[in-house]
Amino acid sequence: MHLLKLISRNALRHKLRTSLTVLGLVVAVLAFGLLQTVVGAWYAKAEAAKANRLITRNAISLVFSMPLAYRQKIRAIEGVKQVSLANWVGSIYKEPKNFFAQFAVDDAYFDAYPEYVMSEQQKHDYLHDRKGCIVGRRLAETYGFKVGDSLAMRGAIYPGDWNFVIRAIYDGAEKNTDTAQMFFHWDYLNETVKIRYLRRLDQVGVYIVVAADSDNSARIALDVDKLFKNSAAETLTETEKAFQLGFISMSATIVEGVRLISYLVIFIIMAVMANTIAMTVRERTSEYATLKALGFGPAFVGALIYGESLVIALTGGVLGILLTFPVAAGFASQLGKFFPVFQVSLATVQLQVVCAVVVGLAAAVVPARHAGRSRIVDGLRSIA
Amino acid sequence: MNNDTVQPLVCLHDITKSYRRGAQIVPVLAGISFDIGAGEFLALMGPSGSGKSTLLNLIAGIDQPDSGELLVDGVNIGTLSEVELADWRAGNVGFIFQFYNLMPVLTAFENVELPLLLSSLSRAERRDHVEAVLDLVGLQDRAEHYPNELSGGQQQRVAIARALVSDPNLIVADEPTGDLDRESAEGILTLMQTLNRELHKTIIMVTHDARAAAYAHAIMHLEKGELSAREEVADGTKSAL
Repeated sequence: MHLLKLISRNALRHKLRTSLTVLGLVVAVLAFGLLQTVVGAWYAKAEAAKANRLITRNAISLVFSMPLAYRQKIRAIEGVKQVSLANWVGSIYKEPKNFFAQFAVDDAYFDAYPEYVMSEQQKHDYLHDRKGCIVGRRLAETYGFKVGDSLAMRGAIYPGDWNFVIRAIYDGAEKNTDTAQMFFHWDYLNETVKIRYLRRLDQVGVYIVVAADSDNSARIALDVDKLFKNSAAETLTETEKAFQLGFISMSATIVEGVRLISYLVIFIIMAVMANTIAMTVRERTSEYATLKALGFGPAFVGALIYGESLVIALTGGVLGILLTFPVAAGFASQLGKFFPVFQVSLATVQLQVVCAVVVGLAAAVVPARHAGRSRIVDGLRSIA
Repeated sequence: MNNDTVQPLVCLHDITKSYRRGAQIVPVLAGISFDIGAGEFLALMGPSGSGKSTLLNLIAGIDQPDSGELLVDGVNIGTLSEVELADWRAGNVGFIFQFYNLMPVLTAFENVELPLLLSSLSRAERRDHVEAVLDLVGLQDRAEHYPNELSGGQQQRVAIARALVSDPNLIVADEPTGDLDRESAEGILTLMQTLNRELHKTIIMVTHDARAAAYAHAIMHLEKGELSAREEVADGTKSAL
């Protein structure tokens, strides 16, 4: 009890210094949490991937398509439960800055992605309207979309005007489900293509292959690619996670840079904190010497220093963690277009706690060792 | 008090101590030998650098001699490890410093209680002990005051209470009145004299002040690390500065 009393009172001795140090820690832990959340947002799609879902694309590049006829051939492979298809559309809503993902998908798509949750009535309405579309909850909130609204898009990959009616709004079944996407009927795309750009008729961007058993995913991927070997459009089939990570790898340097900066921030605050604790301990040299003269051992003096450092670091850490949630929510509302899933994960909070503890302990190592080892007579001679 | 008639509490035999200053070794104490009787009030005097504080530190067990034998109450403290020495100090020595050395974040009560935290006393027992010594130094009504709310003389009384609370045989005081005005110094010295006379505490006090030294039974003069003289003070002859 007395140790805790001494620690807490010592921590509040220089209120301005302690407050500024805590403020520094709050900013550092907050920045760390946000940067880690940015990294997490980058990997969100990969994290949301399911082990039994495979993505088949043109082996040359995603830019190239595959024939629609592949669907039935893939479906016939042993262990395949379902095959769905999707084309990236990339249209513009009002202005180019209003970017969000749009896919033309077949009706089976939503069976392959059960995490996109919507009411049966809305799904029914969508399935029975050729120009119907489905938008995610975040997208709807960002642009104020409601069921029944008309949605006029300007095509980029598929030039021309594209008009839709919002028939459903889906929610995510899981926290990391991307709800900033739009889906519409692949048949509508294909029929329009038939009129406007005939040579692009019956061409598919990616196939989503659902394995009956995820243990067979690797074998099925090999079978699919083997099936189309030496064809005009050879395929590359990989797990959904590998497919998403492939996208991330294009920006891996940026992601790693962000991650590095987040740890750099912690390292800087650690240096600041170590300086603060060293200054504090230097000022109290004669007090520590007095305690040792009275019979308290170096361990007690060390506990005082470590304790004070930890109290300051954890106060800053806890405040920083608490602030991370509202600030991240603010970021999410502003950057939702770029990061459809921007949520502070439990792992990030755990890392923040670890960082705060490490900063608290590391900052006290040298001062505590010095105070513990210094001779009593030297300490008593020092003047604060 | 005659040193020859009482059992010695402190026995020093051929004590040497030197400090390293860069590449240079500076001798501070050069083979000092003498005894301090139990219940004695001894003043150590000498010019700056004569080694009186170093000698006090050795006797108090906060520094170790280079050579020689130092027995306090029969214990050769020169052979104790750092941990053993800390335990020994906690039970056998009370410290009074020139600048009081109180913990500024603790109240007078809590400062006095500090040495008892190393004992096995219960909370209630600790409270009784602290209240008794605060009463003895006349500060029972200042128990909840922090050091910065007390005068220099009152702070030194708290320090004396802290030195007394664990009931050590030996009290060492390094310039206890060096930071006090004359009136406060007189009060502190009178209190120390009372502790010596009534509680039979052995007190060793380093001082530059001849008037403060006059409160002791004997004055030991040091010069260049050697004992130059021992002067007996007539019992109770000096009671005022």
